Amino acid sequence: MDQFAVKVFVRLRPSVLDPAGEATKSASIKLGAEGIKSLRIGKMIEVKIEGNGENEVREKINLLCDRLFANTVIEDYEYSLEKL
Amino acid sequence: MDNFTVGVVVFPGSNCDRDVSWALEGCLDIRTKYLWHESSDLSDVDAIVLPGGFSYGDYLRCGAIARFSPLINALDEFVKSGKRVLGICNGFQILTESGFLPGALTANKNLNFICDDVELDIISSKGGWFNNGGEKKIIKLPIAHGEGRYYCDSDTLKKLVDNELIALRYKNNPNGSSFDIAGITNEKGNVLGLMPHPERACDETIGGTDGLFTLKSLILK
Repeated sequence: MDQFAVKVFVRLRPSVLDPAGEATKSASIKLGAEGIKSLRIGKMIEVKIEGNGENEVREKINLLCDRLFANTVIEDYEYSLEKL
Repeated sequence: MDNFTVGVVVFPGSNCDRDVSWALEGCLDIRTKYLWHESSDLSDVDAIVLPGGFSYGDYLRCGAIARFSPLINALDEFVKSGKRVLGICNGFQILTESGFLPGALTANKNLNFICDDVELDIISSKGGWFNNGGEKKIIKLPIAHGEGRYYCDSDTLKKLVDNELIALRYKNNPNGSSFDIAGITNEKGNVLGLMPHPERACDETIGGTDGLFTLKSLILK
């Protein structure tokens, strides 16, 4: 069994309004930061997971992302995978 | 109401379960039974309400964890049999997360938790959920949510419109919902999800009775 560290990034789809991102952008400008063109907030999920090789682990992570980590009606996901 | 029994589902974090039961039993004389979310035996209930609240603390996304409870797994067969399921607020979020209804509910446009009475246009009579003898086309119900902005893509919206699946629309959209949508049904009409709380509008002394006929319609065949 190999162990992998996976970082999953879940983001609202570009077409979906992100009110929290908008509020944070507004606060960033009040702080004095210049040049912010857009600011959107997502989630990062860290998973340590075992499996027989990278392909099997990717299958498991795809299932988790599609069915649980992201709601694909409104969110996209991507992940990176590192063998431990 | 004979032995007709409405199951009121209780998740960890549900907080409108008792309100729903009070409205059904006290105002409409309809028997209720609390169903713990770990139960998958739905054999002795004739309709189901998924009440409002914060199931599993709204962790990950509202309704995302509740979707995996044994009760929701058993709901598929219940819905296919034509029995009625009403999802209110968090219950609506659970119904979209679990795929019983299309679209998704996400953070209100202005980020506020909105607690207010809102006017709603009755759009579709599918399923008879808003059948009040045709007297009222506009009803007033309370809303209380932070994540009630209904979102769907344009293809889904077209399908909702073409198939008359939009049940309720806000007169003054409070949360940024697509097409002012406040409630939708499935194609068969036996599943209704809505953000407003009909159970909080069942007695004149607490502000209105426009929620009564929606709860009463749970007993329709």
